[in-house]
Amino acid sequence: MMFTMRNKAFALVLSLGFIAGCSSTGDTMEDDGFGTGVSATDQEGGSTVYDGADGSGVSSSGLSESERMQAQEQAAQAEAAALRNITTFYFDFDTSEIKAESRDVLAAHARYLSDNPRTQVTLEGHADERGTTEYNLALGERRANAVQRFLIINGASRDQLENVSYGEEKPVVSGSSESAWAQNRRVEMIFQ
Amino acid sequence: MTMDIENMTDYTLTDQRKKSRCRALRRQCSRLLIPVFVLMALAMPASAELLIRITEGVDSAIPLAVVPFAKTGNLPGGDDVSEIVRDDLTMSGEFKPLSPERMLSLPSRSDDVYYRDWRMLGQRFLLVGELSQQGDRIQARYELFDVNGERRLLGETAAASADDMRGLAHHISDKVYEAVTGEKGAFSTKLAYVTLETGAGKRIYKLQVSDVDGKRARVRLESDEPILSPTWSPDGKTLAYVSFETGRPAIYTHELSSGKRERVASFSGLNSSPDWSPDGKSLLVTLSKDGNAEIYKLDLASKSTKRLTDHWSIDTEGSWTADGRGFLFTSDRSGGPQVYYNATEGAEPRRLTFGSRYNARPRFSPDGKFIYYVHQREGGFHIARMNMETGNETVLTRTGLDESPSVAPNGRMLIYSTQQGGTSVLTVMSAGGGSNYVLPAATGDVREPAWSPFLR
Repeated sequence: MMFTMRNKAFALVLSLGFIAGCSSTGDTMEDDGFGTGVSATDQEGGSTVYDGADGSGVSSSGLSESERMQAQEQAAQAEAAALRNITTFYFDFDTSEIKAESRDVLAAHARYLSDNPRTQVTLEGHADERGTTEYNLALGERRANAVQRFLIINGASRDQLENVSYGEEKPVVSGSSESAWAQNRRVEMIFQ
Repeated sequence: MTMDIENMTDYTLTDQRKKSRCRALRRQCSRLLIPVFVLMALAMPASAELLIRITEGVDSAIPLAVVPFAKTGNLPGGDDVSEIVRDDLTMSGEFKPLSPERMLSLPSRSDDVYYRDWRMLGQRFLLVGELSQQGDRIQARYELFDVNGERRLLGETAAASADDMRGLAHHISDKVYEAVTGEKGAFSTKLAYVTLETGAGKRIYKLQVSDVDGKRARVRLESDEPILSPTWSPDGKTLAYVSFETGRPAIYTHELSSGKRERVASFSGLNSSPDWSPDGKSLLVTLSKDGNAEIYKLDLASKSTKRLTDHWSIDTEGSWTADGRGFLFTSDRSGGPQVYYNATEGAEPRRLTFGSRYNARPRFSPDGKFIYYVHQREGGFHIARMNMETGNETVLTRTGLDESPSVAPNGRMLIYSTQQGGTSVLTVMSAGGGSNYVLPAATGDVREPAWSPFLR
């Protein structure tokens, strides 16, 4: 990787620059686009830093058909790899609905798991501190289940995926602010 | 749990010899007063214990005088019995003990009691007593008087080992409380709770059991993975709880006297929210082994499970009725978490809460007349109480992230966790509202309180 990244949210943004205009290959999801997606992962609301990767990797002019195909193939792989840098998925309060912006990333993970059937993943479900401990434990599990279902529908095998919910016990950000809560309501993919 | 108190028979003090000894003691007692207070202060900072902050008095509290107990023989320093009794009664929120500095005399026996003095001080009840050494045990003789009625309500002795002066004091508090209010006192009961220390990327969970004033805390389990939802067996001898010590949630039972533990539920998915049945034979638990969070009855002998709810939504936080026939639980089948009630195991769930979008983790009062639960209103989470007969809902707390209400076995107080200055503390309040005292941890958070049943 040429670029450094400060957090995973930026990886998504960088990947957008990198793949500029390449449409994703056919998959089973609706294309929600990425336009609104960044804000959900970029919970801090700060500015986004682009550093170096100028997205010039894909240029189709003056290439032969096979070269173009190869370039496209490489670009698609790079896109998928970049997407797979994102392993945390966020949720709204008291919901387990997978957000639009998580879908392409999860689909990329699902394809990877389908291509690598020996890869095992633990899906850790989490909730923010509000509400009751035990309900949040169940809510974290429902979030992990939602991600698991999405991955299976998109090609992963049930045997590759294990869920565990920690409820509100393992916040990534401490404190009682909207920003902290938003970052704590999440499912993390942990590759074994 | 190892508290060893003998409750002996009633005694009377009439003969002249005892009377004169008693007068001598009275003088001795007033001399002893100051050194005793110093010792108490020195004995205070024990790091494992919870701190205590008494928060607010209740206007209707009963004025009562606890006279510093007279002492004979070689008595242990440190815990002062009458001081602890005074604190206990203050913490109940129902008594307003007189400060010893305001007392006109310091009687230790009935013959030295001049009702007029105590009436002048506006006292309704008076407790006097004397501690003495009896072999390797310490005996307390104590008497409780109705000041206006000018009669003795209690005259008893109790003994405990020298290292259990707190147990002895809590026992006397129970007796006084019962004689005055007609309800059993809960000062000899215990609290189970979980402390959480965070630092250097580590989280240390400790399951602890202490007296109801947070003193004499003992760590029963320590883990760097979460420990949640302790619940007492009806005989008070065993705890059940959720521990993530294997990396996954499982339910354990833990006998306090022996430390013997057993993993009773470790199915795939959730194993959580245990609540011990009143007959002691089973736990209500939340499992997701059949797809999503449902409530099951887990038989502790056979480990067989019986599913009690069936819905695609989250069903959790099951809690038995006092007779063990029905149960309360939380379900989000209506779109958000609400409290439901099954009158019997097979009954159709009846939704009880409608007052706001988030109502969860219900617990019955011991008499079954009320339920206590977590209630969201205007963004904050509070403890609310519902009258089961009328359906009237009262919000009891004014703090913000209130959780885990647990009712004392006499139904007069409850404990819950809340946040103060970014850390989690326990608060004890009167069952009708108004906080009595706060129990912060010396460091870090304290949460998941569970009030024990009556012990012994």
